[in-house]
Amino acid sequence: MAPKAQKKPQGKQMAKSSAPHKPKNSAINASRLMKYSRARIFQRKAAYKVKKVKTPAKKSAEKAAAAAFVVKKIGGDKNGGERKVYKKTPKSLPTQVASRKVQLRPKKTFKKHVRRIRSNLAPGAVLILLAGRHKGKRVVLLKQLESGLLLVTGPRKLNGCPLRRVSQRYVIGTKTRIDISKVALPERLNDAYFRRQRSAKKSAASAGGSADIFAKSDAAYAVSAERREDQAAVDKALMGAIKASGDGPMLRSYLRSLFSIKSGQRPHAMVF
Amino acid sequence: MGKLDKFVEVGRVAFIANGKDSGKVCAIAEIIDQNRVLIDGPCSGVRRQVCDMKRLHLTRFCIDLPHSARTAVVRRKWTAAKLDEKWKETSWAKKLESRRLRTNMSDFDRFKLARAKQ
Repeated sequence: MAPKAQKKPQGKQMAKSSAPHKPKNSAINASRLMKYSRARIFQRKAAYKVKKVKTPAKKSAEKAAAAAFVVKKIGGDKNGGERKVYKKTPKSLPTQVASRKVQLRPKKTFKKHVRRIRSNLAPGAVLILLAGRHKGKRVVLLKQLESGLLLVTGPRKLNGCPLRRVSQRYVIGTKTRIDISKVALPERLNDAYFRRQRSAKKSAASAGGSADIFAKSDAAYAVSAERREDQAAVDKALMGAIKASGDGPMLRSYLRSLFSIKSGQRPHAMVF
Repeated sequence: MGKLDKFVEVGRVAFIANGKDSGKVCAIAEIIDQNRVLIDGPCSGVRRQVCDMKRLHLTRFCIDLPHSARTAVVRRKWTAAKLDEKWKETSWAKKLESRRLRTNMSDFDRFKLARAKQ
């Protein structure tokens, strides 16, 4: 959106607005159409009063372009006398100017994707994991991370499933809920925390291409101290919450048990 | 071969087996012809309507209704006969209820049941 119009004269020292404005334009019915057109919004915001500030960015761009070349003198009468030589050969030397196609619906990067969550998956729900090394286990959903993956934990004490990320797609959400409002999750539990660590050697090899490809990858995964710490803290709080809930002992043995389909059970007709 | 004791008559309490009101009981207020009757179940949430006999399963209950009795009368007779309680006490109704509970069992309920059976 265009910057807010300054109604006070430019010369005076302006007090910073205390609170952000309510947006002047809004979408109609959650579609891409806006209530006011561009021209109308220009009027509503009194944008005609805003003086255009010349961006200095252009100058620096020109300077940068100039610095990339070295002007060299060449011989020959009809050769123009000099040439601009690249200091560092650019990756591509296009022969034509690439046409800038207007992206009406630009590709959204992963970060900008909308993260949805199934309505029956709420923090505190018991989930059944359907795939992975913990398949069949019943685990507790803690929250949805920014990437959209679900953060779950066994608790590890009950079924060996640690603090872990899990995709919604490989999970059955049951109706059983545990009240985890009192469970405080450590702040550092986010996607970066759970990201798989690439060994330094391997990353150097892929970049440089000169490292020994037969080099043995470094030692097997070892649980970090902070993981242990966080697991212990979350599990303690979660076990407390389980104990406090109505069906404490049953819930514990429920979370310890594994899920399986028995003969005669039809998953599509079952209520979870 | 069962006893021929359940008749299609005005006042007969019937169980609706399919359609929108399936699972509910109602009373026969009027007989239209060989196949159709007028049913009404004000106490069980069944609107007064024409119903095909094929959809109805007769129960052993019968209330004393004058034919073409209006809904208010049906309601009065129904509550006087305490049909709601009588119906709930039948093993038919109990079986329906247990079937309903069974299909609506959550995963945790199924676990608890399995444990209880051990």
